[in-house]
Amino acid sequence: MVLRVVCSSDTHGEIGSLKKVGINFSSLRETKAHEYLLRFVFGGVCTVFAGIMAKHFGPAVGGLFLAFPAIFPASATMIENHEKRRKAEQGMNGTIRGRMAASIDASGAALGCVALVGFAIVLWVELPNHNPLTVVVIATLTWAVMAYTLWAFRKG
Amino acid sequence: MTEMVVRFVIGGIVVSLFSLVADVFRPKSFAGLFGAAPSIALATVGLTIHHEGQDYAAVEARSMILGAIAFLAYAVSVSWILRRYKPPTLIATMIAIPVWFFASFVLLTLMVRSVH
Repeated sequence: MVLRVVCSSDTHGEIGSLKKVGINFSSLRETKAHEYLLRFVFGGVCTVFAGIMAKHFGPAVGGLFLAFPAIFPASATMIENHEKRRKAEQGMNGTIRGRMAASIDASGAALGCVALVGFAIVLWVELPNHNPLTVVVIATLTWAVMAYTLWAFRKG
Repeated sequence: MTEMVVRFVIGGIVVSLFSLVADVFRPKSFAGLFGAAPSIALATVGLTIHHEGQDYAAVEARSMILGAIAFLAYAVSVSWILRRYKPPTLIATMIAIPVWFFASFVLLTLMVRSVH
């Protein structure tokens, strides 16, 4: 099932070009059960690891690991494998195409990192004096808005 | 021990959810944004506030800014290595990990020096 969602973007103070974001639910079927399990385990291990680092070395060092790219190698490798599998089904070699897809994914992640800085700044500045749930919601929205805006700007 | 189990389960669920969202979005450059979603931070911030308080969580968040800048350097490096040399993705993503460690600890050292 493919759903097209059109998000408008105002890039230069006026209604600029439309940036299309597609949603493709059928891609969920491409991910195998062991890949879902791998993500769950990676996520759990990284979260525990971040907690252990904070306990042993204090919050200043522990906080660094809240932005550690531990999941990234696994997810980028999955993107390469999915692309290769798709091409193999058509009788083609998708090795280079898979690696380029992973490269594009990494470029997108770089933009997400800038938004991650925004998320962390909101938490750092607002947490000591405001309701934590409200701050976390605002920080998450900040990440989402910054990430989309940066992506839309980059797409031009 | 119970806290570690809770962390593991919450972390696994949050990271899996963000990965699911990334799977369904197109184009790939947009889906890639979710590779740097605040999944681990969201999984831990509630527990950290509950056990250590809001000020402690704010100090972690200050360091997270530096970790995110280091992640940016890492992601740019991975993208460049893959485009330039076209190695297997797992190798590119693993050999760039020292970029994150180097950048984050240099930034942390600079921050500590500027504070004192």
